[in-house]
Amino acid sequence: MAIYVILALDVLNGISSLFLLCLGLAIIFGMMKIINLAHGEFIMLGAYATVISANAGVNIWIAMLIVAPLFVGIVGLVIERCLIRFLYGRLVDSMLATWGLSLLIIGIITTIYGNTQQGVPTPLGGFSIGSYQSSYYTLFLALMAAVMMAIIYGVMRYTRFGLVARATMQNPAMAATLGVNPARVYMSTFALGAAVTGLAGGLLAPVSGITPVMGGAYVAKAFMTVVGGGAAILSGTLSAASLFGSVNQIGAYFTTPVYGEVIVFTTAIVLIRLLPQGISGRFFKGNL
Amino acid sequence: MTLSRRRFLQRSALATSTLIAAPAVFRSGALAAENPITVGSLHDQSGPIGTSGTPMVYALQLAVDEINAGGGLLGRPLKVIHYDTQSNIQLYSQYAQQLAVKDKVDVVHGGITSASREAIRPTFDRFKVLYFYNTLYEGGVCDRNTFCTGTTPAQTVEKLVPSAMKKAGKKAYIIAADYNYGQITAKWMTKYCKDNGGEILSTDFFPLDVTNFGSTISKIQAAKPDLILSALVGGNHTAFYRQWTAAGMKGKIPIASTTFGLVNEPSTLDAAESDAIIGAYGYFEELTTPASKSFVEKIKKAHPDSPYISELASCTYEGVMLWAEGVKKAGSIDRMKVIEALESGLVFDGPSGKVSLDKQTHHTVRNAFLAEVKDRKWSVLETYTDAKPADTASVCDLVKNPNDVKQYIINL
Repeated sequence: MAIYVILALDVLNGISSLFLLCLGLAIIFGMMKIINLAHGEFIMLGAYATVISANAGVNIWIAMLIVAPLFVGIVGLVIERCLIRFLYGRLVDSMLATWGLSLLIIGIITTIYGNTQQGVPTPLGGFSIGSYQSSYYTLFLALMAAVMMAIIYGVMRYTRFGLVARATMQNPAMAATLGVNPARVYMSTFALGAAVTGLAGGLLAPVSGITPVMGGAYVAKAFMTVVGGGAAILSGTLSAASLFGSVNQIGAYFTTPVYGEVIVFTTAIVLIRLLPQGISGRFFKGNL
Repeated sequence: MTLSRRRFLQRSALATSTLIAAPAVFRSGALAAENPITVGSLHDQSGPIGTSGTPMVYALQLAVDEINAGGGLLGRPLKVIHYDTQSNIQLYSQYAQQLAVKDKVDVVHGGITSASREAIRPTFDRFKVLYFYNTLYEGGVCDRNTFCTGTTPAQTVEKLVPSAMKKAGKKAYIIAADYNYGQITAKWMTKYCKDNGGEILSTDFFPLDVTNFGSTISKIQAAKPDLILSALVGGNHTAFYRQWTAAGMKGKIPIASTTFGLVNEPSTLDAAESDAIIGAYGYFEELTTPASKSFVEKIKKAHPDSPYISELASCTYEGVMLWAEGVKKAGSIDRMKVIEALESGLVFDGPSGKVSLDKQTHHTVRNAFLAEVKDRKWSVLETYTDAKPADTASVCDLVKNPNDVKQYIINL
């Protein structure tokens, strides 16, 4: 019995970490149609910001929840001003530019901190269910995923910024006619996406191997999830993250980790074949 | 400016004669510089494997400097020609050609991953350049032109598995990286576990980009092993040790690893995550013998920010020194004469202790050490003297088949 509880926790862990990893990408890609291939490097920057500040004596919770999103948000802002703003509507060019950007970020971090592991200890401890052990951190990640979902929903649905942002994404010309400055909206939306990604990096820092090239392990799954989720940022990303996260964990548990990966990617291919517009293109039309 | 035909011809003739004369002029200049013996070096100093390669270059340079300080070899100084292969196999092939054809070096030390070694070994066979591979690997290379000075599984896994079993128990669970190193090492772990009366509950392989080990940790708990044997590789896989500790499993089931701590995991992971992990290698920086202490001291003095000085560095140092002994004994740098001298049972006392070359396999008989991580450092528990490369010896006999040039896959 206890093993099923543990397995359920694993599934929850898979879903919440995937959701956190994808949310920032969903904002940048889903809303702005910028294919940000440097997404993995934003995660890496968030993790580094957490590790470096925590090891410098900053409280680990502040390092994760404040330093990481703030730092990556500012980096995102600078990148948007210097690079991304020239690329709106140029899908292929934006891919090339952000890929180059990802190599640049990896190079800079390697030059500064070296090509080695970094790390912070995991806060919170473990608890036992029957004879099995799990970690409170798993529950904390799930909680953070829920909180982030609520915050993004609240901002997009109930604030003036959310309304303006959604309007600008739908029809920038019309929004401009009504007195909105689309350039400013794009800028803040990109920075928001980057900050959310940085937060994900910070939250995963205590349970990941942190190297300058760690982003590569996340970027493919993040894109798969966002594309599989479709246009709706929250409902789409959540449903796709739930699908892929649980398939991966359950697959890896009952077969081997190798097949766990194979099953996820097969699921993604089938999903895109059946629902080319993603899950939310069919089931949650018009939702956020 | 207009050129008359006559002037054009004059100038062409001048230019041509300069070009033809140039090599002679340069060569006589080189002769004046005492005609050094050249040592080629192919190591990754950048890219994913850069942290492993950097101390190897330091060790090679140290060995060459020491030889030069003692008057060089055969009255000639040594000169290192080094290329940074940037963790890129294509560059390995390219620079290997360059060392053999353009630089015409007398010996090459280098190669880190097995893939890089197999990319350059045929080149040195073809151009008849003596080659030293100074990295621990899965064993089986059988080539008279090549000397492998690192440890093989028979020298380390054979010690690691039984001593870990003695501490923990007989039921083991193997987790390994999903490529040739992990697959082959898992086979060796299985063999030595069974040889010692143990049982393997399960063997799981992980692609190098797996980052979430949650379900594996549950699976391990369900299987209830006494011991975990790990051959996980790379940055993403260190997440396992983190998540293992986060789940509160640390200390409940001991971990022994063939890969942990070869680069700098003990110093970068938190003490709570790495304490009590067991490893076995041909050398540890923490060894307290005078030779080891002075070796570490010299490297740290020249390069205060050097990454962990592991078996990779000590084997490189010992590899260069063994080669130098061979040259001294042969009294020549002729390749065949040096090989014959090296095959005569040469011995060198290095940082890891006594190292001797085995004629039959061109591998080394060397000490192996068992250690445990304690407070972010290795603490050496046991020393096994004169560990033999028994795995390679079971398939390779260069005395009988001197023309072998292949890597055998050792069947278990």
